[in-house]
Amino acid sequence: MPIQVLMPALSPTMEKGNLSKWLKKEGEAIKSGDVIAEIETDKATMEVEATDEGTLGKILIPEGTADVAVNTPIATILADGESAADAEKASAPAPKTAAAAPDVAEEVKESRAPVGEGKPAIQAPKPSTAPKAITEPDPEVPEGTEMVTMTIREALRDAMAEEMRRDPDVFLMGEEVAEYQGAYKVSQGLLQEFGARRVIDTPITEHGFAGIGVGAAMAGLKPIVEFMTFNFAMQAMDQIINSAAKTLYMSGGQMGCSIVFRGPNGAAARVAAQHSQDYSAWYSQIPGLKVIAPYSAADYKGLLKSAIRDPNPVIFLENEMLYGHTGEVPKLDDYVIPIGKARIVRSGSHVTIISWSNGMSYALKAAEELAKEGIEAEVIDLRTLRPLDTDTIVTSVKKTGRAVTVEEGWQQNGVGAEVAARIMEHAFDYLDAPVARVSGKDVPMPYAANLEKLALPSAAEVVEAAKAVCYR
Amino acid sequence: MAAPKKSVAKETGNGARNPLEFTREQELSALRDMLLIRRFEEKAGQLYGMGAIGGFCHLYIGQEAIVVGMQMALKKGDQVITGYRDHGHMLATGMEAKGVMAELTGRHGGYSKGKGGSMHMFSKEKNFFGGHGIVGAQVSLGTGLAFANRYRGNDFVSLAYFGDGASNQGQVYESFNMAELWKLPVIYIIENNRYAMGTSVTRSSAQTDFSKRGISFNIPGEQVDGMDVRAVKAAGDKAVAWCREGKGPYILEMQTYRYRGHSMSDPAKYRTREEVDKVRHDSDPIEQVRNRLLAAGMSEAELKAIDAEVREIVNAAADFAQHDPEPEPAELWTDVYR
Repeated sequence: MPIQVLMPALSPTMEKGNLSKWLKKEGEAIKSGDVIAEIETDKATMEVEATDEGTLGKILIPEGTADVAVNTPIATILADGESAADAEKASAPAPKTAAAAPDVAEEVKESRAPVGEGKPAIQAPKPSTAPKAITEPDPEVPEGTEMVTMTIREALRDAMAEEMRRDPDVFLMGEEVAEYQGAYKVSQGLLQEFGARRVIDTPITEHGFAGIGVGAAMAGLKPIVEFMTFNFAMQAMDQIINSAAKTLYMSGGQMGCSIVFRGPNGAAARVAAQHSQDYSAWYSQIPGLKVIAPYSAADYKGLLKSAIRDPNPVIFLENEMLYGHTGEVPKLDDYVIPIGKARIVRSGSHVTIISWSNGMSYALKAAEELAKEGIEAEVIDLRTLRPLDTDTIVTSVKKTGRAVTVEEGWQQNGVGAEVAARIMEHAFDYLDAPVARVSGKDVPMPYAANLEKLALPSAAEVVEAAKAVCYR
Repeated sequence: MAAPKKSVAKETGNGARNPLEFTREQELSALRDMLLIRRFEEKAGQLYGMGAIGGFCHLYIGQEAIVVGMQMALKKGDQVITGYRDHGHMLATGMEAKGVMAELTGRHGGYSKGKGGSMHMFSKEKNFFGGHGIVGAQVSLGTGLAFANRYRGNDFVSLAYFGDGASNQGQVYESFNMAELWKLPVIYIIENNRYAMGTSVTRSSAQTDFSKRGISFNIPGEQVDGMDVRAVKAAGDKAVAWCREGKGPYILEMQTYRYRGHSMSDPAKYRTREEVDKVRHDSDPIEQVRNRLLAAGMSEAELKAIDAEVREIVNAAADFAQHDPEPEPAELWTDVYR
């Protein structure tokens, strides 16, 4: 029986990729270890090596095909004595794994990596725009503004590039940000545009380079410090909190620290406990820090630009699962979103659902489900966690009388707990039910796929919580 | 444990380098600056005993030659950063005794409006970047100051002071690595006063020659008699020139001694009275200058006049620090963000 070659998963979060090039032809002999094809993920172009010996029987996915789902059969390898006819048979069964993406995939539009030099351009289907669950227009965007569809990864890169063009004191430092073009390809092209003086690869030394960044900021520069993930920023926690956040106060206002610490935060996929943790609650407890955790591509861009300009230390929490998502970003010369303002992304009168970052994907999906059952949820994207926009939350809850918070982080002392407390303080008399919290489960993140799914919140849990506070 | 060192000065001179001879003017300037620190610290200790200063208070008595000698090697625009034993550094950079003392007493006229205290004071004007309470943090921060100089393409040098205790912190070596890798103009000044709080260097450090701590990063270093202000200045000149020429960081191990406990609440039972007396008697940094000036023909009366002048500054500072109002309650909420 011929062997099927499947579309490989080349990163923990990869769901599909582009088959950019076949390096072997049908009928060509293949040894184990031969590079047979090139695949573009959203982060890089990767080579596919054969693990079996034989002859390349049939190419099932031609080169130039975009968005090939992981596990789709892409070719067959014939063993000695097998014929092309056998290959036809082998390819006949429908690729059942092709459509088996996680349930968030409906809103996930993995990016196409920028096409490398000399590579054929790949025609991909046009990615969809903002999730249809979002019904409210962005108040920061003037009516009639032209919108550009881009990935969150690109929105972040554009925000940094624009601010670096605008202010020569802004620079980027971190592990693999320059020559490698970013561990998650967020800083793609920045080295080429700004040079090694302003796009700086550091050794693997979080505590040290965070301190160097803070020192440079105390001297008046405006560093963007990228952590490969916020899990590694644990090593740098002392410099972030004791040096960056407190210096302005301890110096009686003389010496501050304009710096952005950014990088992916929260659960990725299948990387287990030490690489999957949400630090929203940790940082948002600290006076002196501002904490931002956006969901939409436009917010990623507009808020990162504001963060870089802000004269205070800002923690900018990104989400790896969202990097490849596309969204519409206003085509404006200078699209800046004020820090500290939540956004109502969907209006409703029965229950308020409050979330931020990737929590919004559960919240929005739940809102759509609830609408089918006649419950109109108002969905608030906090966007900034410190300062927290209490007014927007309280105004909404006064209208709906019910609230559900959604977060991937743990419940104890979480942001949801803080939101619930503020609702109690400012809108107690308006509540028709206790505030419900949907959160990550109170365990370290497990590795096994089924357990990981259980550990994270789900749209179903949000629906259930919303119904409960509506007594339905 | 190794036998106590006989004399820091004698043991570290090694005859390897002939400390620069000071002019009479330099001797007088050094004497006055060191005396100011000594008298200031004595007064701070007194005010602490009276309850006017709270919290932690780490005195610099015995180590004065280091900051004074290094400051003589600097030019305007160079930056200084240190840990929590910082009063001497602030006075050496030219910060006013009144403002420093008023910060110690937590008053509105203090450098941080009373919100920083002994360990956390800054002066943008004097390029003094603190005053940091976390052992070793200032080493990375000081490296960052040097990074800013390099980024801007100026020839200013950053001085990052830390102790023998901080020398065992991990981020010190992370900073060493990047400083040499990027050729940052930073002088790492290790003030080896022989005790990290109550733990002697021989009990805490596998390599007690701190000038060698940069070897695996190719950072040059040397041991300096930190009790001789001339030796400090000479080493400082050399290190500063190295940094200004763009050759990267430099390590100076200043061999010194603190006469007082780690902080005011430290009874210093980990060392003998004889050990302290011996250093005071044999190699006190201020006595060394006084003796040279006397030998050069200056009179006791002239030296006493300098002391009196310094005492007047310190007394005025203490008076101010005890009568200046506390910060307004509204100050609680200011300076969190800007």
